[in-house]
This record gives sequence, structure tokens and C-alpha cells, in this order.
Amino acid sequence: MFSPGDLSTLMRAARRGDDEAYRRLLTEVATWLRGIARRGLATAGRGSDDSEDIVQETLLAMHLKRDTWDETQPIEPWLRAIAHHKLVDHLRRRGFARHLDIEDFADTLAAPVDADTDGAADARHLLSGLPERQRRIVESISMEGQSARDVGVRLGMSEGAVRVALHRALKALADAYRRDRR
Amino acid sequence: MKTDQLVAALVADRRQSAGPPGRSIVYAIAAGSMVSLVIFALAFGPRVDLAAAFATWRFDLKLVLVFTALLVALAGSAALARPLTPEPLLSRAWPLILLAVAAVTIELVLQPRDAWLTRLVGSNALVCLTAIPLFSLAPLAGLMVALRRAAPASPTRAGAVAGALAAAVAASIYAFHCFDDSPLFVLTWYSLATLPVVALGALIGSRLLRW
Repeated sequence: MFSPGDLSTLMRAARRGDDEAYRRLLTEVATWLRGIARRGLATAGRGSDDSEDIVQETLLAMHLKRDTWDETQPIEPWLRAIAHHKLVDHLRRRGFARHLDIEDFADTLAAPVDADTDGAADARHLLSGLPERQRRIVESISMEGQSARDVGVRLGMSEGAVRVALHRALKALADAYRRDRR
Repeated sequence: MKTDQLVAALVADRRQSAGPPGRSIVYAIAAGSMVSLVIFALAFGPRVDLAAAFATWRFDLKLVLVFTALLVALAGSAALARPLTPEPLLSRAWPLILLAVAAVTIELVLQPRDAWLTRLVGSNALVCLTAIPLFSLAPLAGLMVALRRAAPASPTRAGAVAGALAAAVAASIYAFHCFDDSPLFVLTWYSLATLPVVALGALIGSRLLRW
């Protein structure tokens, strides 16, 4: 699928401000995570309905905690540790407490997104709990594909203020995932 | 929301990196120890014979002990801030353990047997048990703020070691007030004073450092 060196290189480039490298990294990791999430859910005896939620929650954590990756180390063990932490956390919130080791899924094939999936159910639900302005900023940038500058013009904010609000919104979204117990 | 839509939002979030967790931890204890130093200056102050104390090996050894503890706890805290489970903490603590064993051995050899208890009990134990937890509070608060941005594999362990680090910072300050320099006193009472801070750190960590 991809060699570990590639991902580490992409993350290093992303840290130096290369957005395209970061987009590629997140997309590749999402595909890999989807395979892990489905295996994890199957092991826990659950359907794969939640898999996209796990993928998105893990991507958020990776993004917000990316300072904790040590550039001198390969990125894969770090990615696996975050994926494991989030998968276990997700299943525990839903009452599954047995031991789960994602090293067992090491041979997992990456899973492409199903054409008919409508994305993560939780994310939509949690997004609606954000303050109005933050929600609009996230929606404009993610779903409508606008740039931070365009959103700023439309909402009468500076580009910097949009980015600050976006960062707060992503943190709030990650917190909301953690508190969400269904 | 579809995953590639989330990816677009993540890419657009270009917050400046705060640097590796180790750096944030150092800033946090620097800021916290400022507060503790103010408390130290107002309510305690350095011992009156500080200049003379520097000339005694027991005082110097006490400083070496607390600063070694500080470095060991700092390395442990930085390792525990990451999502990967670090190597066992004991493997980092051996310089401190060796130093402690050597210090106690030297003291027991040099002191007559009937002086051991006096040395151990010292004159300042109660102040020590109060001052170290007191000086720990601000560094511990700073550490919790710094570690909230990190991703500890175990929030409870990260909190406990943050408590030990805060106590080591506090001990490094308190050592300049304390008149008891015997390794028997230092290793007994400074360690006892650290325990409640470790427990507090573990408790706060288990709640605050989840991610």
C-alpha cells in the first residue's frame, strides 16, 4: 500500500507547511484506519456502521496531537498507537471492555471508502452542537470546500480569525467525540 | 460529514506547532517555579548560612540528589507525554537509585551508629512535609496545562510522573531553605513529601489528561 518512509516524509513536509503533502498523508492514513476500524468492530462483534466515526475521531486526534510525533522516529508506530488508543476508547464507550490488540490487525488490508456511505453519523450530530459561527466555518471549509479567506470575507472576519475559530472548533469536536456516550 | 471533507478542514487548520512535548514541559515547570520561588522568598527564604553550606559536601550532595531527581523525572515525563508506551521508568531512574544508595552508604559509614536516628529525624521534617507539596502546586498546574496538549498513552501514569516532577522542582527550591543535609533525612522526608504530590498528579491526570 505505502511504505513507512513515505508517510514520515509526508508528515515532515506537512510540518514545514506543505498542505498538499498533509492532504495526501491524511487521505492515505484514513484508508488504512478504515481497515483497522472494520477489523476492530468485527472483533468486537459489531457491524461496520461506526467505522467512519472511528476513522474521523482518530484523524482528529492525529491532527491535534501531531506535535507528539518525534521526527527522528518512523511515524508508523506512532500512528498505530493513536489508532489503538482511539479504537479501544470508542469500543469502551459502547460497553466493550475486552482486550484488543491492533498488532493483530497488522496484516489488515486498507479499505477504500464505500461509494454509498454517507460519512460519519456522529460527526454530523456533534457538529450541530458547536457554536453557530464555529459550525458554519467548519461546514464552509469541509463540505463546501471554501478557503479560509473566502469564509472570512463571507462572515466579515479576518483570515486569521477564521483559522483560530476553525482550530477551536476542531478541538471542540474532538472533545465532543470523547464525551459522546451512546 | 464525509472523511475527505474532514481532511479539508484539518489541512486548513495551520496552527503553529508548539514544539515537542519535552519543550512545553520545560516551559511549564519554568513558569510554575516562578510562582513557587515567590512563595519561597516571601514565606521561607534561604537558610542564613547558605554561603557556608555550599562548602560542605552534605549540602552539595543534597543539591546533586534533588537535581538528579529533577532530570530523571523530566525525562520520564517527556517520555510519558507520547502515545507510545515508553520503556519501563525504572530503566531511567537508575542514576538516581545508584546515587541514593551511595549517599546513604557513605553517611552510615561516616556517622556513629547512635547518631543515625538523630540524622534521620533532623530538625525540619514537618516544614519539609509542608513546603515541598506547597511549592509543587504551581509547577503541577503548569504541567497539567502542557500535558493536556500531549497524548499520553496512560493519563494516570503521566499524571503521577508529572506529580513527581513537580515535587522534584519543589525539592530543588526547598533544599536552599532546609538545614538538614544528611542523605538519611533527605531521602526519607523529601520522598515522603513527594508521595501526596504523585497521588494528586495521578488523580488529576486520570481525569484531565484523557484524549
